Amino acid sequence: MKDQPLKKGMKAPDFSLKSTSDQEVSLKDFLGKPVILAFYPADFSPVCGSELTLFNEVLPEFKKYDAQLFGISVDNIWSHLAFAKERNLHFPLLSDFNPKGEVSRMYNAYQEEDGLSKRALYVIDKDGVIAWGYISPIGINPGADGILNALEEL
Amino acid sequence: MSKLTIQPNNEDHIQGKENSSITLVEYGDFQCPYCREAYPIVKEIQKIKGDAIRFVFRNFPLSEIHSYALHAAYAAEAAGKQHKFWEMHDILFENQENLKDSDLRLYSEKLSLDIDQFTKDMNSDEVAKKVQTDIIGGIKSGVNGTPTFFINSIRFDGPSDLDSLLKAIDLADK
Repeated sequence: MKDQPLKKGMKAPDFSLKSTSDQEVSLKDFLGKPVILAFYPADFSPVCGSELTLFNEVLPEFKKYDAQLFGISVDNIWSHLAFAKERNLHFPLLSDFNPKGEVSRMYNAYQEEDGLSKRALYVIDKDGVIAWGYISPIGINPGADGILNALEEL
Repeated sequence: MSKLTIQPNNEDHIQGKENSSITLVEYGDFQCPYCREAYPIVKEIQKIKGDAIRFVFRNFPLSEIHSYALHAAYAAEAAGKQHKFWEMHDILFENQENLKDSDLRLYSEKLSLDIDQFTKDMNSDEVAKKVQTDIIGGIKSGVNGTPTFFINSIRFDGPSDLDSLLKAIDLADK
């Protein structure tokens, strides 16, 4: 089912994506701590309602669980860097740019008709297994309650 | 569906009657332009619904993008300790472009607050903790930006215009 998140208990598909022009992030490097993946449609959506702006404020809560948050969209790294700077984001944005949407597809988080990532959230446990996944309707920011509940239950 | 995890309680700032059939809770940020837009809309809703509605305002300052929001929240809470929360709430939204500490002090004078006490409270752990408690409660309830409204504990995901809010309120009131 392409419109459902990957199932709890499944091994999280590994990936390597660029966070800056010369840095790559691999999921397997984060074994040993929980990872939060936040797929989102695009950089620079309206400010106050922005999902990533909210997660940025919630970072101290995520840190209590030693969890690492990554934002993922199909924007290129230069867009990501400008966006992160403007919004004062304190977590890495990964660029699912080339081949476009490949990692989003692996996580059932790609909207083919629009060529954008969906608003999908995943919590991956320290063993690299999917603990929780959620796909939000594209126009609705999911909030952070689901993530925190999932982290609590790890 | 996200739901309010913390029901209105003695720590809250509440307008309206406890036995009202509708409770509208806003998580807001005094520096957020969308909250500013929602401010007169909430007032209008209160006018239209009268005793049928009570309104709760909780702090959700987005400090990383709004550098004055946190202190503005402290100012409202500090004014609340002198029973002038709502007066400060209104002044802050009506003067959203001016939220520096010196402005906040000016507003406290305007409201004839005990300035020394106000300053003390603004910098107190108690007020900081109150705001932090609001934020954490909001996050756990699924606040997804500002303003986020809850109508009888259910997160309202529609646009924050008068018609949409009223329609959702009437639906919840049935």
